[in-house]
Amino acid sequence: MALLELGQYGFVIVLLMIGLYVLIARDNLVKKMMGLGIFQAAIILLYISMAKVRGGTAPILIEGGGDVVYSNPLPHVLMLTAIVVAVATTGLGLAIIVRIFESYGTIEESELRELDRSSDKADRGAR
Amino acid sequence: MSEHLPALQVVLPLVSAALCLVLRRAFVVRVFATAVAWACFAIALALLARVEAGGPISYALGGWAPPLGIEYRVDSLNAYVLVIVTAIAAAVFPFPLRGREVRIPRSRHFLFYASLLLALTGLLGIAITGDLFNVFVFLEISSLAAYTLVSLGRDRRALSAAFSYLVMGSLGAGFILIGIGLAYQMTGTLNMADLAVRLDPVRDTRTVWMAFAFLIVGTGIKLAVFPLHQWLPNAYTYAPSLVAGFLSATATKVAFYFLARLVFTVFGVAFAFESMGLGAVLLPASVAALFVGSIAAAYQTDLKRLLAYSSIAQIGYMTLGLALLEERALTGSLLHLFNHALIKGGLFLAAGCVVFRLRSSALADMRGLARRMPLTAMAIVVGGLGLVGVPGTAGFVSKWYLVGGALEGGHLLVAFLLLASSLVAAIYVWKVVEVMIARDGPEPEVRCEAPASMWVPTWALIGASLYFGLQPQWSIGIASQAARSLLAGAP
Repeated sequence: MALLELGQYGFVIVLLMIGLYVLIARDNLVKKMMGLGIFQAAIILLYISMAKVRGGTAPILIEGGGDVVYSNPLPHVLMLTAIVVAVATTGLGLAIIVRIFESYGTIEESELRELDRSSDKADRGAR
Repeated sequence: MSEHLPALQVVLPLVSAALCLVLRRAFVVRVFATAVAWACFAIALALLARVEAGGPISYALGGWAPPLGIEYRVDSLNAYVLVIVTAIAAAVFPFPLRGREVRIPRSRHFLFYASLLLALTGLLGIAITGDLFNVFVFLEISSLAAYTLVSLGRDRRALSAAFSYLVMGSLGAGFILIGIGLAYQMTGTLNMADLAVRLDPVRDTRTVWMAFAFLIVGTGIKLAVFPLHQWLPNAYTYAPSLVAGFLSATATKVAFYFLARLVFTVFGVAFAFESMGLGAVLLPASVAALFVGSIAAAYQTDLKRLLAYSSIAQIGYMTLGLALLEERALTGSLLHLFNHALIKGGLFLAAGCVVFRLRSSALADMRGLARRMPLTAMAIVVGGLGLVGVPGTAGFVSKWYLVGGALEGGHLLVAFLLLASSLVAAIYVWKVVEVMIARDGPEPEVRCEAPASMWVPTWALIGASLYFGLQPQWSIGIASQAARSLLAGAP
């Protein structure tokens, strides 16, 4: 039972690791951004799950409702900000990828590194 | 009016960033951004004076009392960091932006300055706020602006550098966010001072350990502490010199401030160093950074890249002072925050002068520079001596305190390694100097000094580093006061 109650954290950790793995192991920059997105979504889930109060309802004040248990609204609000940040990061990342494609002609990291290395060499060779 | 200074410090550059989009004309925007930076500098100095006179200032944003509302809290450490950041901004923003360094046309320069002001907003916000989640928000504002600024470099490698900076930075911010969440889960508060109190009874739970670990590693990435520094060299090398100077002098300093705040104010020294063994991790990492950074710098063939690697070593000095946990060493770290900001900011601007005239910052192109651009070359020499820590320069003062702190704490080996790393620094500085005074440069008679609009900001920073090397009482006074209040654990 205790394991089931902590199940949400297991889910968050698995998602975090999937995101991190994609971020590190994939060669394609767009896929890296997807990995980052999964990573950020996992953090959002972590916050949302901690706001849950058993038997709690949406935190809207019910007049004359008496003994009502509410969920904690603060983590939800924090995550609104985090979602905005995640969207901005993704947008900026994709914009940079577009410019990388325009100037390198590829968005595979290994090829980018190869191209960078050859321009490093050209810099040194020019002297 | 004056009681709203803490809010103005952040709101002024934030609103100005939006105003840049209306002004549009490149020259007007540049003058405007400079004026804003100067105004921010004045506000920071006023805040520092008020803190020195009347103790910490607590400002409830929007009138919501802390710990429920967001609190801006200015004590001697914050005020000091605010002065550093705004002083650098005031000196760096007037530095002209040349087409040789950015890939956007002059008609789009207003967007560059808008990003620059947003980066300033974020950095000031991190330094001033007393709310942990607010730190995350400002961290992302400054980081997103910084990724944009780095990606605007002329060389296409700036783009791949900006992308890896974005990936590493977002990962670091994600770790910080997880850490904040876990700490909130255990305490139900986000206010730093309140957290310090409420963390006490739950300190020995695995959740708080994880929160600490995530926060420290996340901040470590932003700080570029060895071995989390991989994003830094490329980002600073290919960013426009103005951006490299601004970020190297402010972004890592603010990250260091946040690290100190976490360790000393939020979690407490006893927890960080005894339960979590932060010293055992940070001390070897810092010493390694000194040597890895300096030795890597000695192998570079490009001035900007050399300066970037030297930054990694200099960050090592700062974290070393924190890891030693001695009042003298911590004073040295905080002094180095200020001194290194002046020196490295000045050096990157000098590199900007070099790029302006030579269209390259490769050392091989700088042969005989001392005769072609004497002022710039002189600035590089003086700044370089500061990096080594030659007596009479600002770098000497902070290293003196660091070595003194290491000896007081009985860390003889650390003190020795500190001095040895200065010798390695002397190697890379000499490498630059040797090239500049070489006699076989092209057309040695042609003097082509950078325009005054470029060398004046450069020399303002380098000159200040000389001044604070000879007259260090002011900076030592503030740094030791901040170090004492940190070690006393006063929130």
